[in-house]
Amino acid sequence: MIFDIILIACIVAAACSMPGVFLVLRRLSLQSDAISHSVLFGIVISFFLVKNFHSPLLMIGAAATGVLTVMLSEVLLKTKLVKEDASIGLVFPALFSIGVILISKYAGDIHLDTDAVLTGEIALAPFDRFVVRGVDLGPRSAWSMGLIAGVNFLFLLGFFKELKLSTFDAGLAASLGFRPHLLHYGLMIMVSITAVGAFDSVGSILVVALMIVPAATAYLLTDSLAVMIALSIGVGVVSAATGVIVAFSLDTSISGTMAVVCGLFFAVALFFSPRYGMVSKMIVARDRKWVFACYTLGVHLLHHEGTPEEEQESHVRHLQDDLKWAPKYAKKVVASGIRNGLLLKTGNHLRLTPLGKETVRSLMNRG
Amino acid sequence: MTKPSPSPILPLEVTDLTVAYHEKPVLWDVDCAIDEGTLLAIVGPNGAGKSTFIKACLGLIPTAAGRVKVFGKTYAVQRKRVGYVPQRESVDWDFPTHALDVVTMGRYGHLGWFMRPGKTDRDMAMDALEKVGMAEFARRQISQLSGGQQQRVFLARALVQDADLYFMDEPFSGVDAATERSIIQLLQELRSKGKTVIVVHHDLQTLKEYFDWCMLLNVRRIALGPVDEVLTKENLHRAYGGRSAFLRS
Amino acid sequence: MIDFDYTLTTVVLGGALVGLLSGVFGVYALLRKQSLLGDTIAHAALPGIALVFLILRVKHPLALTLGAMVAGWLGTMTIPAVVNRSRIKPDTIMAVVLAVFFGLGLTLLSVIQKLPTANQAGLTKFLYGNASTMLRQDVHVMAAFTIISVCAVLLFWKEFKIATFDADYARSLGLPVRWLDMVLLSLIVVAITVGLQTVGVVLMSAMLVAPAAAARQWTNRMEIMALLSALFGMGASISGALLSSSITNLPTGPSTVCIITLFFLISILFAPNRGLLWQWIRRRSRHGEITQARLLEELYWLEQNHEPRSHYHEVRSLQAVNHERIDRYLDTLVRQGWIERSGAGGIRLTSVGLRQVETTHAEMEGKELL
Repeated sequence: MIFDIILIACIVAAACSMPGVFLVLRRLSLQSDAISHSVLFGIVISFFLVKNFHSPLLMIGAAATGVLTVMLSEVLLKTKLVKEDASIGLVFPALFSIGVILISKYAGDIHLDTDAVLTGEIALAPFDRFVVRGVDLGPRSAWSMGLIAGVNFLFLLGFFKELKLSTFDAGLAASLGFRPHLLHYGLMIMVSITAVGAFDSVGSILVVALMIVPAATAYLLTDSLAVMIALSIGVGVVSAATGVIVAFSLDTSISGTMAVVCGLFFAVALFFSPRYGMVSKMIVARDRKWVFACYTLGVHLLHHEGTPEEEQESHVRHLQDDLKWAPKYAKKVVASGIRNGLLLKTGNHLRLTPLGKETVRSLMNRG
Repeated sequence: MTKPSPSPILPLEVTDLTVAYHEKPVLWDVDCAIDEGTLLAIVGPNGAGKSTFIKACLGLIPTAAGRVKVFGKTYAVQRKRVGYVPQRESVDWDFPTHALDVVTMGRYGHLGWFMRPGKTDRDMAMDALEKVGMAEFARRQISQLSGGQQQRVFLARALVQDADLYFMDEPFSGVDAATERSIIQLLQELRSKGKTVIVVHHDLQTLKEYFDWCMLLNVRRIALGPVDEVLTKENLHRAYGGRSAFLRS
Repeated sequence: MIDFDYTLTTVVLGGALVGLLSGVFGVYALLRKQSLLGDTIAHAALPGIALVFLILRVKHPLALTLGAMVAGWLGTMTIPAVVNRSRIKPDTIMAVVLAVFFGLGLTLLSVIQKLPTANQAGLTKFLYGNASTMLRQDVHVMAAFTIISVCAVLLFWKEFKIATFDADYARSLGLPVRWLDMVLLSLIVVAITVGLQTVGVVLMSAMLVAPAAAARQWTNRMEIMALLSALFGMGASISGALLSSSITNLPTGPSTVCIITLFFLISILFAPNRGLLWQWIRRRSRHGEITQARLLEELYWLEQNHEPRSHYHEVRSLQAVNHERIDRYLDTLVRQGWIERSGAGGIRLTSVGLRQVETTHAEMEGKELL
């Protein structure tokens, strides 16, 4: 059974990370939170209409609610009575609340409890089999999520260049006739359908974890869109599988543990990504700081070269009095300048070497 | 004027000011010394570091190197002698407050912690609004003011600080011609009272008419002096590059 | 059912405190465009609650609130720390903190549920909120935090206000804006944590946004906005708590959110001046005024260009407006005495109307001269 759960978890993670990449790139990450909450309203209402949890109508209704959320937020924003953040923050809690109230009032009719709304029930998913003419084809949710993952993949494949362009330059995309608004809604539908599909397994809040966290991890590792998509699927799948295994061995909540594992991967990338990690950034920044301080000194010296006050301006003491550098810091800057062949020090006076002059001049021309 | 003589205490004395964002220089080794009673314009192309210069003088952003002296001491000490007009776009004008209230904020620096602005503060604010011709709009919600009126409110807020040195970041942006004239009149009045006013400006056409001194800036200080001396073809070319021909015409 | 002496007063008191705090601090969250931050903070608080319980094994209200506060505060501080030091954007890290902290909270809760001895039943109330399980000692803790927070706001009112409105200017006046921001953010964390028990982690952010957004529509003064917001928050919170304690199976958080959303809708529709209804009426009347002014203007020019001056003009010769509705506007002008009709359906300016047009012209010239 654990293999079925791992399988389902991996498929859910893969389906979620595809729209997640674009949410992260378009700075819409919190829309996933909004949509994953408000689809509950759609699920409950559609369930009252069709009385069946496996009907495709349920999917359509729920997805429509996701789009409705986005539209309502836009309508609120257009009134100019609230700002963007509030327009999002007002709509989804209201829809979600109605959903939760309906579930708790009609708990007997709906086979959902209010806790499962938040956590999902992936442990129960393998018991619901997809049986065709007596042949057991595996867990039903593996198939349904697989279908959603496939649709997401086709959407990405079909509109790859449009999505790429409208994500990185909405203005240019519009002028080329790509209609970014339409694509935006396409993406929101994709997020909604995925959120509905994943709802059973991981619940409304952890959908956010599977959509955003792997994509954010991938964003720290690469600059290429295609690689980012692949990486985020990979990270999502690995975190999901690890999460399930850890949850089983510690006997903890599966979806919660998956989210924590996603978070751990993110933290590792955040600190140790070769190019964008905090550690490597700190090292680069520290190096650059000294180089920049050297240049600052160089510009200063060049600026006053040949002027009557050169004598005073090039004095070592001047670095403390007028550049406001601490003595230790100033000493280090001067030492690094001399080491790199940019500066010469005679007595207490500093002078640029020919190499130093050339470097500073070319820098200033660029600036 | 590159190096001040040590005797008089200058309103503003900046030496070797360097500011960088992420190690990219925005201002490089800028020196300047401004005499009392000067109406100075800072001009230069977009991204030249004009606003940055003001913000660095006010200690709003960290500096990589350099020293700023206001009336001979650091800004932190002389804060009460300095007034500031930020860019109009820097605030949300839909904020729930009215013009008088915004102007009263200019008194906060004098009030100290826990103290509420009292009647004297409100009277001062009202006087300042009167001075900028906005008295009748005192209770008007700030989003219902025109761009020029909003700028006047900001100006009144700086006036109420009762300072000796003023920094103004683009006080003419987005204002109508009438407001522009009345603002410059006010600035000239301040100067005749011996106050020093430093203004970020971007219109070279009106420079000569409005200001007596000018600093041409493009990351480095290109020139500083009386407007006529600064606005030479060579200086403009150094500041604006190829665009200067267009600007001169 | 409700025990009127104890439960009811507890619920009302608790609801009032939650509403008051979230109302007041929601104003800051809204004006600083940090509405969604509340969502992150609330979710991030969950592991703090769970961890404290896991350590103490009892539901000590002060300890649980402090745990929530520390976790919420940690989650909040992660946001600027990551944004300033990496390429991750604010919305992304907010979603990451929200989901991962909440996941950790759920994981810890699942551990707690498996403890044999623990009295864990009341912990899930932190998800959706449950006012009816509130005890008097919970209310005491909430009251203590409310008093501290409200005092802080009253003391630092002008500092918080200027730091919210114009941070750069505040800094130029010498105010420690970074420190003020930090204190304010911590107070928002406090407000959220206090509300968790009745409104719940999941919906607490709405309690922060909606009262403030509703209050904003009724006033243009921040002082009044804060008062109104607190009132709205208290109203929604008390009625939500009462509703859920008197109806079985109705969680407090969702009912409170439905009520406060209703308040918000009423506000944006019907609030005077800003409200949509008001805007619509104003637009209509302005449209009418403009049309009337244009009609007068056109009549004026027709009379300037034709001899004799007092000649009646045919309505058809007016071009400034849509002819289908012209009668309505003409009727208004006749009522005001600015134009008169001849028996044959012609119209002309009266002497009063003429003066009106000339006054308008003079005013416009005056404006240009200014």
